[in-house]
Amino acid sequence: MPCSIKGWDRNQMAARAAQELEDGMYVNLGIGIPTLVANYVGDKDITLQSENGMLGMGPFPFAGEEDADLINAGKQTITELNRTSYFDSATSFGMIRGGKIAAAILGAMEVSENGDLANWMIPGKLVKGMGGAMDLVAGVGRVIVVMDHTNKHGDSKVLKNCTLPLTGKGVVDRIITNLGVFDVTEHGLSIVECADGVTPEEIIGATEATIV
Amino acid sequence: MKKVYGSAAEALDGLLQDGMLIAAGGFGLCGIPELLIDALVASGVKNLTVASNNAGVDDFGLGKLLSTRQIKKMMSSYVGENAEFMRQYLSGELELEFNPQGTLAERMRAGGAGIPGFYTKTGVGTVIAEGKDHRDFNGETYIMEEGIFADLSIIKAWKADDTGNLIFRKTARNFNPPAAMCGKICVAEVEEIVPRGSIDPDLIHLPGIYVHRIIQGQHEKRIEQRTVRQKESA
Repeated sequence: MPCSIKGWDRNQMAARAAQELEDGMYVNLGIGIPTLVANYVGDKDITLQSENGMLGMGPFPFAGEEDADLINAGKQTITELNRTSYFDSATSFGMIRGGKIAAAILGAMEVSENGDLANWMIPGKLVKGMGGAMDLVAGVGRVIVVMDHTNKHGDSKVLKNCTLPLTGKGVVDRIITNLGVFDVTEHGLSIVECADGVTPEEIIGATEATIV
Repeated sequence: MKKVYGSAAEALDGLLQDGMLIAAGGFGLCGIPELLIDALVASGVKNLTVASNNAGVDDFGLGKLLSTRQIKKMMSSYVGENAEFMRQYLSGELELEFNPQGTLAERMRAGGAGIPGFYTKTGVGTVIAEGKDHRDFNGETYIMEEGIFADLSIIKAWKADDTGNLIFRKTARNFNPPAAMCGKICVAEVEEIVPRGSIDPDLIHLPGIYVHRIIQGQHEKRIEQRTVRQKESA
């Protein structure tokens, strides 16, 4: 039976992911649900990195105040804050690869029980490129994946082994889906938390990966 | 030696050769050397290999050089916004070497710093690592990537003085400094050229040693994704 359990919606997943962030952290947010995480950091002092060369990313500009020289890694117009700094791409990925960015919150197509992540390429489909995703997962302190637990056919996206080409091997620390929060451990995934109204049995039923 | 030239075409005169490797600055359409790209189109130089994070869009930036089939190979991290690129790539007319974005930036920086190869964790265990030298350091596996040594660099900055010292603006800096560094010759286009002495030396982002020719011109500076927020009503 494909998964009909609902659990959290996109905003609730983003709010849960925001709880992973600690005061003072420098963080990189991916595109999609991860972008929404910025709305839920509350009064925590979080500095957002945009890997095209900026720390201290601000919100979208007001209409008429867009600046072609000020975009985020998704190529969207944004604004700066009073803490903002700019730098070149080599410096930007130096701080990523060098482990200075505390956490990255990223979307995924598939994730496996040993922490493999696939989020850049579907064979046979148009390949757009990995952008900075491979550098981020290899370099940042902690990799948190936020995604739907199942695809539109109800099949688990949380797998024993990824079937798609990898973005990184053994790189994921924590997975947040609409069904709950999971940690990658030596023996499989452990349930940290179930989403509202979701039971561990329902999670196990909807998951291909080993739950320990 | 005079570095300031009258036009993009003049600045590229004598530098172009079919089959050359060009490093280009820019991220998306932000901070791209749009005037120099137009001049490359007009020059008719062909079989180019271009190292650039992205490939422009169909009718702007490197997309123009693709539509005239002047590019043989791209070295990029993300090429999603360009239909003509995809058509040429899928039909086998265009070679594509995907580089993780940070690896591409570091390959340029390294080339400019005289470093022919370096080890990185990025891409270990993925298709990017296939055929590359693997080596363990302190119990972790790394792969070797090679520095990029370009024949020509084309970049965009905000301001230059007449000795080639450059200042970039906001996120338009991006790949421009590493791209500038890795070329034998670097041509920079800027919005304003000011006399030497009028930029505070402490505020220069890229020293003129990396910049051989400069032009000033009008830039379209197209926005790829215009995103705005609503003003909250009082």
